[in-house]
Amino acid sequence: MTAPDRIRRAFDRAHAEQRAALVVYLTGFDGGREHSLACLHAAADAGADILEVGVPFSDPSADGTSIQAAMVRALAAGATAAGVLELVEDFHRDSDAPVVLFGYTNPLLRLANASAASRLGLVERAHASGLDGVLVVDLPPEHAAVLRDPLVAAGVHWIGLSAPTTTALRRRAICEAASGFVYAITLRGVTGAVLGTADSAELAAGIAALRESTSLPIAAGFGVRTPHDAHRIAAHADGVVVGSALVEAAHEGTAALSRAVAALRAAVVR
Amino acid sequence: MIAQSKSSAVAGTFGRFGGRYVAETLMPAVEELAAAWRDACNDPGFTATIDTILAQWVGRPSPLSPALRLAAALGTTARLWLKREDLNHTGSHKINNCVGQVLLAKRMGKRRIIAETGAGQHGVATATVCAYFGLPCVVYMGAVDIERQQLNVLRMRLLGAEVVAVQSGSATLKDAINEALRDWVAHPLDTHYVIGSVMGPDPYPTMVRELQRVIGRETKAQLHAQVGRLPDAVVACVGGGSNAMGIFADFIPEPEVALFGVEAAGEGLDGRHAATMSRGSEGVYHGMRSLVLQDEHGQLLEAHSISAGLDYPGVGPEHAHLFESGRARYLAVDDQAALRGVELLARTEGIIPALETAHAIAALPEVLRLLATSRDPAAVLDIVVNISGRGDKDMHTIAARLGAAQGDR
Ligand SMILES: Cc1ncc(COP(=O)(O)O)c(C=O)c1O
Repeated sequence: MTAPDRIRRAFDRAHAEQRAALVVYLTGFDGGREHSLACLHAAADAGADILEVGVPFSDPSADGTSIQAAMVRALAAGATAAGVLELVEDFHRDSDAPVVLFGYTNPLLRLANASAASRLGLVERAHASGLDGVLVVDLPPEHAAVLRDPLVAAGVHWIGLSAPTTTALRRRAICEAASGFVYAITLRGVTGAVLGTADSAELAAGIAALRESTSLPIAAGFGVRTPHDAHRIAAHADGVVVGSALVEAAHEGTAALSRAVAALRAAVVR
Repeated sequence: MIAQSKSSAVAGTFGRFGGRYVAETLMPAVEELAAAWRDACNDPGFTATIDTILAQWVGRPSPLSPALRLAAALGTTARLWLKREDLNHTGSHKINNCVGQVLLAKRMGKRRIIAETGAGQHGVATATVCAYFGLPCVVYMGAVDIERQQLNVLRMRLLGAEVVAVQSGSATLKDAINEALRDWVAHPLDTHYVIGSVMGPDPYPTMVRELQRVIGRETKAQLHAQVGRLPDAVVACVGGGSNAMGIFADFIPEPEVALFGVEAAGEGLDGRHAATMSRGSEGVYHGMRSLVLQDEHGQLLEAHSISAGLDYPGVGPEHAHLFESGRARYLAVDDQAALRGVELLARTEGIIPALETAHAIAALPEVLRLLATSRDPAAVLDIVVNISGRGDKDMHTIAARLGAAQGDR
């Protein structure tokens, strides 16, 4: 059963607790299917409010070295877009945490086109898995209808993606096409870049500009590695996304992942 | 001199191919580039500067050489003509594109140039133009390609470029493009990415075609001066497809001119190859919707060709459109045939072609056979082959493969 308002509930709950929601990215099938499933549960149990599950792609040109390496491992372990959706379905048997798919166009489009033929395509599988949202890195609003429209019609949120370079005109188009939440990229760069001492004022201004175009919650990420980074972002955004650092922790094991998620969760307070 | 695209209803699309499938961080950079390109095309000063540099520094126009002994060796009465892009500065057609793009980058106020390269020809051309204009240049190159194109790596470094070895994926051209895209995502404001072929997000496929259009424009005028007619066929190898689009562009509106693209069949179409048209399917890759080599789950396959410049699992979107519409035909030539093509052109015309170009030479018997079925047998055919580059860079590969077979004859 799809429950599109699980995302809204996660943000509302965090808001009521005077903190930002913690959004945890993990690459699906990294370490194999079983390890990946265990990691999703470990992250949810340790305090992740929303899980982003990366769909491995052979050519992840928007990702840095940690996630690239995770995708290589995941593909070697037999990852496919369909397999990742089955993983999400398994996860939702025992958990109510919202899951957003995070991927590149080609594998998702391939699966979507399979739907017409076999009824086992992206939309059907998304529905069966209880998927809450989809975010596609290399599919800007001008091309998005092909995946967005059928997914939204099936009750799956289409997460918007805005970058520091995004113009006001584009911001409006992105927010208009979005539902669920809008992901604000905090840095120019690929995943795994370092937020470091990036200008807080610029960060705050970017998020404020987005708020003028949307009433949806805004989650910010890219370069967030430490509890300190997360705390800084939590002051401005409704959600904080952490990816590469947790992919590295998950590669060490579920215990390391649980510790890292718990520390981040404790830090996203306002 | 540079024509605006009129072939498509929506800017940047060719039929259902093309588009701008890039990460949001890059969209503003791509939009800025498209606007700057439109603006530059309408500035006679810009196009005149390109023409001057091409004439005074690149050595254009490149000759159109008759190839009588090649025709005799192939046993044909057709007149064969070689468009000599191998005689350009740096030894291939790649420099035509680089001059235009780096000039555009300067006009846009960019302070840094990045590029990807497979065979190293595009990297060398970019490094050369950057040295000429005094701009810093970073070239991404797969570690496998660095190994098989050592000479070009040395050339780029001598020209002052930084060559970055890419180890990810198959460590070839496609991975070099991924890495260049990552660099561009991190530096979208001050950096221009000089893509080396008619691929990537709009405006690249259109822009690179227009910058390479000079090849076909010269060919048309030169052949007209020689024999007073259009060619019956134009033949070019296809990696990303820039030398082919460059020589095709002015002939596309001439329906009597047959267009042949030749892609790499590698070890054979049932083995490892780079034959995107023959064996690819529709996908979204490197910023464009086009034909790609992929598995049933939408993961890109590793391409293979003896020539690094054709070793790419995608192709420019306009070629996908020309293929689907039937305006151009695409043939595939394997590694062995390409090697024989090198030898054939070397022995008959005294020209050692690049391994990429050798695919077009090796396709000539098939082109002649196909033309024989559609043309008046009494007519004398004129066929132009684009000699996209010279073979110096490939001497190691050629020596290892041909030398072993020939011994010290
Ligand atoms: C001499 C030569 N010909 C052809 C190619 C293939 O590129 P394109 O298909 O863009 O012309 C290359 C690429 O490196 C090359 O060096």
